[in-house]
Formats: sequence, structure tokens, C-alpha cells
Amino acid sequence: MQIYLPIAEMSVNVFVILGLGGAVGFMSGLFGVGGGFLMTPLLIFLGVPPTVAVGTEANQIVASSVSGVLAHWRRGNVDVRMGLILTLGGFVGSTLGVYLFRWLRGLGQIDLVISLCYIVFLGIVGALMLVESIQALLASRRNGGAVAVRKKHQHGWMHGLPLKMRFRRSQLYISAIIPATIGLFVGILAALMGVGGGFIMVPAMIYLLGMPTSVVVGTSLFQIIFVTANATFLQSTMNHTVDVVLALLLLLGGVVGAQVGARFGVKLKGEQLRSLLALMVLGVCLKLLFDMVTVPNELFAVGTGGKH
Amino acid sequence: MRRLLLALSLLALCAPAPFVPAHAAEPLVADLSKHLVAITTGFAGTDVLLFGAIEEVDGGKTGDVVVVVRGPNRSETLRRKDRTAGIWINSGIAKVDNAPSFYQVASTRPLDQLAPPAILGRHQIGLDHLDLALRVKDGGADTAEYRKALIRLNQKKGLYGDKVLEIGMLSQRLFRTDVHFPANVPVGVYMVEVYLMVGGQVVSAQTTPLVVSKIGIGADVYDFAHQQAAAYGIIAIALAAFAGWLAAIVFKKA
Repeated sequence: MQIYLPIAEMSVNVFVILGLGGAVGFMSGLFGVGGGFLMTPLLIFLGVPPTVAVGTEANQIVASSVSGVLAHWRRGNVDVRMGLILTLGGFVGSTLGVYLFRWLRGLGQIDLVISLCYIVFLGIVGALMLVESIQALLASRRNGGAVAVRKKHQHGWMHGLPLKMRFRRSQLYISAIIPATIGLFVGILAALMGVGGGFIMVPAMIYLLGMPTSVVVGTSLFQIIFVTANATFLQSTMNHTVDVVLALLLLLGGVVGAQVGARFGVKLKGEQLRSLLALMVLGVCLKLLFDMVTVPNELFAVGTGGKH
Repeated sequence: MRRLLLALSLLALCAPAPFVPAHAAEPLVADLSKHLVAITTGFAGTDVLLFGAIEEVDGGKTGDVVVVVRGPNRSETLRRKDRTAGIWINSGIAKVDNAPSFYQVASTRPLDQLAPPAILGRHQIGLDHLDLALRVKDGGADTAEYRKALIRLNQKKGLYGDKVLEIGMLSQRLFRTDVHFPANVPVGVYMVEVYLMVGGQVVSAQTTPLVVSKIGIGADVYDFAHQQAAAYGIIAIALAAFAGWLAAIVFKKA
């Protein structure tokens, strides 16, 4: 069954989009990630214009993070104060990101920058996660199941910064500048890459802020709602690249897939999950890198200029 | 008797088209099976039938029919990738303001057998004779390469015809051809130009408009997204937030 997407201006098979939403939702339920980093490249691969893929994905992530955060909220795993500070930075960051997006689109280099961002950040995060999870797997084998306790992060110079705040749920007393800066940085990337940014935010919260892992995912999801909502709004008003029909189809498949994935996830060990996720992240990264260095089939590309 | 039948059928064919005066002296009459291609929610491309009839021109010769379907002109930007520091980056650019958004030619015979290039060029019949004003800013490729690329890319999207379509003739008088409009067809007012060619010259020509337009919910969504962008953005966010909340409630109970 074909359906015409009004903003993407193309006709797609409903079941392909539902299936795509379901498959990526399954992954995100399984691994506890947003899945934007998989969905955006896949949409582009299907022929959705990259600008529409990025804008629409921001809209879909609003839905998936709302549904995700509620479970964490009920268990009290959301540090609202930390989330708000991150959101503050994220708002500024995603606004800058959308402007940057528009500017790069005018220069004709938006596709390049999107690809480069994916390669760099997926490469770093994937490699770190793989090394860490393999070490954990080896350690658990050696210690007969006991997982090594991670040392609390030492802050050093970060403790000298002003505007100190107490984050009770995270058991931290740190300068608000640090989370605001992280929020800003991740916000820029989220707007540029069409992702929630959880895959950068979560490691940053653990390793840079030293937050306890129990509140990390809930707090990350909490701030992603607002950052992606801001990106959705700006992409709609500035670039007209949010396709609600596409977003609704994706999230319909996505919510079902995520529930199935989450049920599967409890059967697997954390280290196994993380190493699988790392391999997948690295796979996407290598595919994009490969596309960039090999001679393309078509050296020319056409884009319509005189549109609204 | 045959003549009468022909005239009657012509009248019937031409009745819905107000632009075509259906009197017998006209050497060429043509019309479309529909004058509106409606892009609805379920739109997956469509065919439009073009049909008509030609009269004998003096001396009893019958001519050839050429049909050009042309979408509204638009400006397009072409970019060419080149290898810089090991990766492929957009390095050259060309702009064109008068590229037809859709272009398809149908003919009873191969174009080069019909008329000399000068005639084809004057009426812009055939991809080789399209008048494209390309402004190239690129040290590595010339206008001809960009021109070829523009045509090739539009052919890949199904917007420019890969080849000249065949026009079927019935008893050397009636002609018909199907023109396919793919799902990604650009909206606007199209011009369907029908030429009657005899001895390398255009003896008669007729132009019929064809409107390609978004209709229904899809069109409303598009207009709303462009005219009330802020409200559209807020609704998009609210819809997503509601859907997410609903999903969480439904699956908590399950």
C-alpha cells in the first residue's frame, strides 16, 4: 500500500516504513538507545531527502523519548534539576544547530557535514563502548560474575568553576556551567544529525559529570524531549522539513518494536548488549566512511533551488 | 460514410476541451484523457492518455505527430563531487533557471528523421534541443558535462524521458500515446504541445494545459506546513508527545 508523504514529496510503501520503525524500535528497546543514529541514515538510504530525514526524525524522537521517560519517571530515575540545566544548554545548542544546518545547506555541504559528524561520533563512541564491554566481559569471566566497580570520576579543574549547584538525585555538587556546556554541544549535534544525542549524552554524563548510572538514562531522555521538540519547531518554521505523516508512521512501528525489544533485552547480559550495540554503531560508522572514500557512482547531484 | 464517422468521433473527442475548435478545416486536433493529475494520499504515479486526429494536408500526404509534455520551469542547483584529501566533497556548482521540471517526448518516428536540428531546436523538441542556460562555477567540468548530468539525474528520477515514446497511429488519422507521471512528479501547470510535421516543417501545433496538483489531506498538510509553520511545528510536537504518552500507558497495562 503506497502513501504519499506531503513534505518529503514522495510515495512510499506504508509497510516498509512501519517495518523500518519497528526494526529500529526493536533495537532501541533492546539496547536502551534512541535509535535516531540508525533511523536517519536509513531514511536517507530509502530516498527521503536528508533535510527531511533530519527534521522528521527529531519529531519522532519526541514521541519515543516521552514514552521512554515515563517508565524512568515512575521509578524516580530522573534528575529534574540536572535535566533542566542540560535542557537550557540544549535549547541554545539545538537553535545554533538548526541555523548551522540552514547555512551549510546553502553552501551545499550539509550532506558532507552530516556524514562526517556520524563517522566521527559513532566511531569514537562505538570504539570506546566496544573496548569497555569486552573488558567487562573478560573481567566477569575471570571474577566469576562480579563486575568491576568503576572509579568515581576525579573532577580537578572543573571544581574551580563558579555557579555551583547541588544535584541531589545525582549526588553531585558541581558548577552548572559543565552540564550546560555539555547540553549545548550535544544540542548542536542533535539538530545537525537528526538524533536525540543520547549516545553522546549518556557517556558524557557518566564519564564527565560522574552521575550514577541509575539516573543517567532517565535524565538523558528527559532533556532529549525538550531539545528535539525545539529542533522540530525550528526545522518546521525555518526549513519546512518536518513530515508529520512520515513521523507518525515511524513512531507507530517504533513503539511496538521498542516494547518487543525491551522484553528481549532482559534476557541478555549488560556487557553482551553493550558489545553488540558497539559493533552495530561501528558498522554504521564504517559504512558511511566507506561511502565517503570510494569513488561514487554518480559524481553529480541535483537539488531544486527556487523553492519557497 | 467513413468521413462522417471520423468527424463524429472527432467531435466527441474534442467536446470536453474548450481550447480546441473542432471544425473540419483544422489539420490537427488533440486532447488528454484528463486535464488534472491529482496527487492524493494514495498517489503512486499515473498515466495520462493523449489522443487526437490529423487531417490530410494538401497533396494527400499525411504527416507525423510529435508530442512534448513539459513541466513548469524551475531553477535547479547541480553540484559535482571531487576527491579532496581522500574524501569526496562537493567542489563544483552550476545553476540553471529554466530547466523544465518534467520533460517527455513522444513521436510517430525517430526525431532525427522528422525535421532538421534547426526546426527541432526552435521548438525545443527532444532532450538534445532543450535550451538550458547553465551558469557553471567549476574548474573541473564544463557546461556540456553539467548539462548531461542534469538530464541524466532527471531521467533517473523518471522526470525526463529515457527515450522518445512511440505514438500509435490508427488508420493514419487517429493517434494515441500514454504519458506516465511518476509518484515524485512536481506540481504546477504543464504544457502538452502537439506538433504536426510534414516534410521537415511544423504545419500545425496545438498546446493544451495539464494541471498537476496536490489534492486532499496531503495538500492541506503541505499548505499548513508552509503557511502556518509555527502552528504546524507545535502540532507536530504535541502529536508526538501524545503518541509517546499513549504508547507508555497502553504498554504499561499490557
